[in-house]
Amino acid sequence: MTTGSIEFGLNSFGDVPTDGARTLSDAETVRLLIEEAKLAEKVGLDIFSIGEHYREGYVDSAGPVLLAGMATATERIRLGTSVTVLSTNDPVRLYNEFSTLDALSNGRAQLVLGRASQTQSFPLFGYNLEDYETLFEEKLDLFMKLQREMPTTWSGSVRAPLVEQTLHPTMRPGGIPTWIGVGGSPNSVIRAAHYGLPLMLAIIGGEPHRFAGHVDLYFRALEQFGKPMQPVGQHALGLIADTDEEASETWWKSWQPLITQMGQERGFYPPTRERYELELATGALFVGSPETVAQKIVRMTKELQISRFDLKYDIGGLSVDARSRTIELLGTQVAPRVRELLAAESQLETAGATHE
Amino acid sequence: MSDLQSTLPTIGILGAGKVGTVLSRLLLAAGYPVHIAGSGSPAKISLIIDVLAPGAVAMTAADVARTSDIVILALPLGKYRSIPADLLEGKLVVDAMNYWWEVDGIRDDLNDPRVSTSELIQSFLPTSRVVKAYNHMGYHDLDEGPTPAGTPGRKAIGIAGDDDLALSDVAALVDASGFDPVLVGSLRDSIALQPGSELFGANFTASGVQDALTRFPTTERGLEVAAAREQEIAA
Ligand SMILES: NC(=O)c1ccc[n+]([C@@H]2O[C@H](COP(=O)([O-])OP(=O)(O)OC[C@H]3O[C@@H](n4cnc5c(N)ncnc54)[C@H](OP(=O)(O)O)[C@@H]3O)[C@@H](O)[C@H]2O)c1
Repeated sequence: MTTGSIEFGLNSFGDVPTDGARTLSDAETVRLLIEEAKLAEKVGLDIFSIGEHYREGYVDSAGPVLLAGMATATERIRLGTSVTVLSTNDPVRLYNEFSTLDALSNGRAQLVLGRASQTQSFPLFGYNLEDYETLFEEKLDLFMKLQREMPTTWSGSVRAPLVEQTLHPTMRPGGIPTWIGVGGSPNSVIRAAHYGLPLMLAIIGGEPHRFAGHVDLYFRALEQFGKPMQPVGQHALGLIADTDEEASETWWKSWQPLITQMGQERGFYPPTRERYELELATGALFVGSPETVAQKIVRMTKELQISRFDLKYDIGGLSVDARSRTIELLGTQVAPRVRELLAAESQLETAGATHE
Repeated sequence: MSDLQSTLPTIGILGAGKVGTVLSRLLLAAGYPVHIAGSGSPAKISLIIDVLAPGAVAMTAADVARTSDIVILALPLGKYRSIPADLLEGKLVVDAMNYWWEVDGIRDDLNDPRVSTSELIQSFLPTSRVVKAYNHMGYHDLDEGPTPAGTPGRKAIGIAGDDDLALSDVAALVDASGFDPVLVGSLRDSIALQPGSELFGANFTASGVQDALTRFPTTERGLEVAAAREQEIAA
């Protein structure tokens, strides 16, 4: 296990924010995202990623275009997706977009492939939800083949076959970092291991340590498939403010209506404030002061052996200021504090080891 | 197998996903032998079971149905027709499934206010004794929630069915797995445990479940269900 080293990312779904009493327009939100990516780079964060949604209140539907904008506005930060809904994308088009992004950004492109919990893209692009598994399986197979062997010959049931096809611009050898996002299904963990791809755990509710079994499963499966070790990352939701109380109050104002709406769409009742407090204390929400959030991330590095932590910092209705404050604090306070705590621990471990 | 043969019934679980693996762990911890299957060959899930539910035996769905005393359905509801119905004849079947359109697609047959989805399952398995249980609690709450009987604040699982003996067997199972069983009523009444009801997603104590149940007829969903059923009778 590689203790001590950890990367920090930001995830945005392009949630539309407020500025004072005003809600930003979609176009303003798009432009804000570029500014936020620049800020993320300025405060030393490693990765900026955006999601893929097709509904009111989110402007991340054209991911590669947004990322291209960020690529020309930044220099060092890596740019990717928090989840690309592979099943409803064409792998050839995706390759073209991300090889272009990688060229444009000078080798900073990456992505996470997964199902995503929202499925608007299926009806929108004329896919059947029941075909989800086949679509994902086959398209992952093709996408990885395109990245790993060019020219590519491929045939399957979900798109036209390819014969000795070469795509341009061609990606760097081996392709770009491609992670598999999972939300708890053990089968998806096995799939990531099968392809030897790094694992991104999307943990949005409940106690994160219940994913420890999945991490164990992932490492054992990698071993069984004869694949080299790969990193595990965590995607979490949260907000960082100067005090726990401020963070908790600010987040609740956006989270409560969001969960209520999700509940209405899916048929569950919104959680109580009590449940919310529990999510903050021991659950999946990373909402609090820099120290609180840093301590919680350190716990994750132990319980889940993560070496990448991505915070989804935007949530509908949050103010532009609260968003930028989270980005700033994650970069300038949380990240260094986590690294400091991890370094102190590994020093202790080494000291312990030499005294034995 | 050890020679310490368990006197507890063997539990079969159809579905080796989030819920199936959590229920396996809970029931193994309670001492039950557990047989489990995904949609495919046992080899496909053997590592998953090894790591996430060590002690459970991976089999084909048909073998699970054949070799178990009680069979829990923990597969996507939309796939219920792939359940090996003939092998479940006469058995006690626990229905933990829900209609979840993000998985099942938009299906009016699974979202009918007149007919609970467990009634659908009962008519698909006419000679089995179907009891609804374990469906309304999120899998992470199921995972984190179990406590010994009598623990203050112990969480509860609503159960519903038409056969008293089957209900008492499932009540014992729920209790052994770490939750207070709360009787919700008949399979027809199990609609109060489905998506759209206050109990769906609930991680309540027994009295919380009872209270929500009492409120159900006066909630928007309760009224919708009652109106739809009345119309059906009138027609
Ligand atoms: N998620 C929750 O919090 C929750 C809580 C309570 C109840 N439920 C209900 O429990 C059920 C399972 O949900 P889940 O979240 O565990 O889904 P999941 O993680 O997707 O797992 C579904 C499992 O069912 C298997 N399966 C599919 N068809 C089968 C068949 N014919 N025979 C045997 N196994 C089959 C799948 O195997 P393959 O991968 O091989 O297809 C997979 O192992 C659903 O009805 C859901 O509504 C879910």
